[in-house]
Amino acid sequence: MVRDALGVGVAVGLSGFAFGVTSAGSGLTVLQTCALSLLAFTGASQFALVGALAGGGSPLTASVGAVFLSMRNAFYGLRLSQLLALPRAVRPLAAHFVIDETTAVSLAQSGRRAVRIGFAVTGISLYLLWNLTTLLGALGAEAIGDTDTWGLDAAGPAVFLALLAPMVRTATERAVAAIAVLLGLGLLSVLPQGVPVLAAALAVPMVLYGVGRKASAPEADGPKPHSTDGTTSNSTQGKDR
Amino acid sequence: MNIWTAIAVTAVGCYAVKLAGLLVPVGALERPLVKRMAALLPVALLAALTAQQTFADGRTLVLDAKAAGLAAAAVALLLRAPFLLVIAAAVLVTAGVRAMAG
Repeated sequence: MVRDALGVGVAVGLSGFAFGVTSAGSGLTVLQTCALSLLAFTGASQFALVGALAGGGSPLTASVGAVFLSMRNAFYGLRLSQLLALPRAVRPLAAHFVIDETTAVSLAQSGRRAVRIGFAVTGISLYLLWNLTTLLGALGAEAIGDTDTWGLDAAGPAVFLALLAPMVRTATERAVAAIAVLLGLGLLSVLPQGVPVLAAALAVPMVLYGVGRKASAPEADGPKPHSTDGTTSNSTQGKDR
Repeated sequence: MNIWTAIAVTAVGCYAVKLAGLLVPVGALERPLVKRMAALLPVALLAALTAQQTFADGRTLVLDAKAAGLAAAAVALLLRAPFLLVIAAAVLVTAGVRAMAG
């Protein structure tokens, strides 16, 4: 389990290199690039911000879009606060590490101790590597030229796909993912940047409504032995619908 | 200075969002429906992010070498390859397709 957590941390940390290069290529200084990785520490939002700034967006619009994109971290926090059961005093520190990858690793664990270790190991290794590689990327931006030539722009979505894969096992989960993709892409040209991802969250109530309508038939996706949504370690969850 | 403003707003905003999720009272989550929704939300958001970062350039849809890279990553995932190999497959195939396309 610790090896899984380290693996995720290392792989995602390396994509920090891609961010460093992209950010420097977007006209941010090395200091600005590193400040963003140190203080914001949520990859997709950082990419969104430098992308919007490079595209000539106003600083305010660009940062609002980036914060919108990070809204999902609040939902991750909702799940994590149950599983981690952290003392109030620790939460402001832990909050900085509530991101896609730490959530995915934590939710894949069962038992509070394993969840906490997974969260801490992933969070710390990812933070160190993300910031180190951001610095290296920003410094090496000129040397490497166009990052797209090296395929580094595929690292981000591949990370998301790898995180998503173990979460889509049941028909309900697949339906949510499929509708979210349609919403996320379909609304792209209609809504401001960053908003379509949030709109994709509507896939959840849409699918749950559909599932509820045929609830008279026994649903195939009840609690599973190795559920990645963390419900196994939660005894209050179960056949309660 | 403008860029620093954007960085500051982003950093503060992103941190506030993260902290808000951890501080919401547990009682608000006791309802089964809320729990189910919270469990499915990461699925929806990650799926949308994957699709957008693969097929979107700004606000327009594109089909480029990244799609081949993501297909390679998907195959690697189906073969139960380790995480690093999945990412490496996406990067290498994307770079390879671009190299061949000139």
